[in-house]
Amino acid sequence: MLTWSARRILAVVPVLFGVTLAVFSMLFLVPGDPVKIMLAEFVTNPDQVAQMRAQLHLDEPILQQYARFVTGAVRGDLGTSIRSRRPVTTEIGENLASTAQLALAAMVVAVGLGVPLGLVAALSRSSWLDVASMAAALLGVSMPSFWLGLLLIFVFSLHLAWFPATGGGDLRHLVLPAITLGMIAAAIIARLTRSSMLEVLGQDYVRTARAKGLGGFSVVVRHALKNALIPIITIFGLQFGNLLAGAVIVETVFSRPGLGRLIVGGILNKDFPLVQGVVLFVATAYVLINLLVDVAYAYADPRIRFG
Amino acid sequence: MDLAQRLARHRGALVGLVILGGLALMAVTAPWLSPRDPIRTAPRAALQPPGSTYWLGSDQLGRDVASRVLHGARISLTVGLISVTIAVALGAPIGLVAGFYGGRLDGFVMRVLDVLLAFPGILLALAIVSVLSPGLTNVMIAVGLSAVPAYARLVRGSVLSARENLYVEAARALGSRDPSILARYILPNVVAPLVVTATLGLGTAILASAALSFLGLGSQPPQAEWGRMLAEGRDYLREAWWISTFPGLGIMLTVLGMNLLGDGLRDVLDPRLKV
Repeated sequence: MLTWSARRILAVVPVLFGVTLAVFSMLFLVPGDPVKIMLAEFVTNPDQVAQMRAQLHLDEPILQQYARFVTGAVRGDLGTSIRSRRPVTTEIGENLASTAQLALAAMVVAVGLGVPLGLVAALSRSSWLDVASMAAALLGVSMPSFWLGLLLIFVFSLHLAWFPATGGGDLRHLVLPAITLGMIAAAIIARLTRSSMLEVLGQDYVRTARAKGLGGFSVVVRHALKNALIPIITIFGLQFGNLLAGAVIVETVFSRPGLGRLIVGGILNKDFPLVQGVVLFVATAYVLINLLVDVAYAYADPRIRFG
Repeated sequence: MDLAQRLARHRGALVGLVILGGLALMAVTAPWLSPRDPIRTAPRAALQPPGSTYWLGSDQLGRDVASRVLHGARISLTVGLISVTIAVALGAPIGLVAGFYGGRLDGFVMRVLDVLLAFPGILLALAIVSVLSPGLTNVMIAVGLSAVPAYARLVRGSVLSARENLYVEAARALGSRDPSILARYILPNVVAPLVVTATLGLGTAILASAALSFLGLGSQPPQAEWGRMLAEGRDYLREAWWISTFPGLGIMLTVLGMNLLGDGLRDVLDPRLKV
C-alpha cells in the first residue's frame, strides 16, 4: 500500500511540472508583445514599457525566468497583479474561501440529489419513475448553468423573496448558487448511480443475500448500494474540478466574490500575472484533489492496489 | 438494418433529431423568417412584452427578441461545429499516430495530454482565450483546442485495442504497409466511438462557447448571440424576463438535442459503450 501510494504521489510530480511549464508559456504565446498589450490602455512611452519588462523580469534569459517562476510558485509567490499592484497570492487568498465554500456546497447538492435520484430510478427500473428521473437528469446535463441561475433568481429572489439574488456573505447567499452549480454534477451522478446500481443488483452476492431471506431494504443498502457507490467515488475528484471551473460562471451570475470573478476580471483587464496565478492555482488544486481521491479509493478498495 | 433505420427506431435519437432539425431549419432560414433586423435598435419600443407586435418581446434597446433568437441559432450551431471540427481534426490524428506507433512517441504524447487534462472543465478554454484575447473567433479556437486532449485520448484507446486484432497481424504478415493498415483496419474501429463523442461534444462546445460569451469573453455587442443575450437580459430580469428566457431555452434545447442524439448513436453504433 505504501509503495502504491508513493508511486502514485511521484507520478504527480511531472504533471505539476508540466502544468507550471504550460502556465509559464502563456505569456510567450500571446500574439504580439504582452507588455504592450498590458499597457495599451494607459501609456506607450518606451521608458514605461522597458520598466514593466524589467518588473516582470522579461529582460532575463528565458530559462532563468522559468526557474524564477517555479521557485516563486513553490514558495507561494505568484508575482504581482499589474492592475491592483498587489501580490497575486494575496488576491487568491482573499477569494479562495468563497469559491471553496461554493464548490463544497454544490458537491453536497450534487450527491444529496444525484444518489437518491439514481437509486430510485434503478430500483423502479423501466417504470414511469425511472423514466421521469432519467428525463430530469438529461435536462440537468443539458441546462446551461447561467440560465438556471437566472431562473432561480427570478423565482426565488424576485418573486418569492426567499433568498438574496446577488452577493456573498452568509448561508442564505449560498443556497441559490450552490443549487445552480451542483445541478449538472447531480445529473451526472444520478445517471452513474443508476447504471452502477443496476449492475450490482444483478450480481450473485445480491441474489445470495435475497435467497438468505434478507429484507429488501437491507439488501439494497448494505449489499448493493455500498458496492454501487465505489465507481461514484472515482468521479468525485473529476466532478470537483468541474465544480471549481464551473464556479467561474456561477459567481458571475450571482455577482459573488471568488476565484472565478477574479480570473474573468483578469482576462478582461489583460492582467496576465493574475490570470496565470489563478490558472496555476486551480490546476494544482485539481491535480492534488484527484491524488487524494485516488489514494483514499485505494485504501477503500484493495483490488485497485493489487489488481 | 442500416444505421438510419435503427436510429429511426430509437425514441431518444428520434426526438433529438427532430429538435436539431428544427433548430437547423431556424438557423438556415433566420434571415427570411425574422420579422425584424436583429441588431436594429428602436429605443421607443424598448422592453415590450411578448405579443402580436413583438412575438417574444423586445429588449432594452428595442431590438426584436424573436429575430435575435433566430439569428442566435445560426451563431451557436456554427460555433459548435467549428470548435468540434478543430478538436477532431487535431485530436484524432494525434491519437491515431500515438496509439499505432506506441513506444517513446506515445509516451511523450501521453505526458503532454496528462498535463493538458490537469486543467479542469472550462479552465483550459479560459486560459487560451486570455492568451488570444476575447472575441467569438477566439472562443471557437479556445473551445476547440481545449477539447483536443479528450479526443486524442479517446482515439488512442480505440487504436490500442484495434491494433491487437488478429486481422491486423494477418495484414501485416501479408505485407501491408502501415498507412494501408491504419486506413483499412484501424480507422473503421475508431469511427463509431468518435462519432458518438463528437455528437455529445457538440453540445458541450455550444454550452462552453455560450458560457464564455455570457462572461463577456466571446461575442461582442450588438451580435445576436445567445450567451451574450442572457448576460444582457440579466440586468432586466425583474422588468423583462423574456430577454433572457428565450435565448436560454434555445441553448438548452440545442444541447438537449445533441445529448439525445449522441446517446441514441451510442446505443445504435456501439452497445458496448456505456456511461
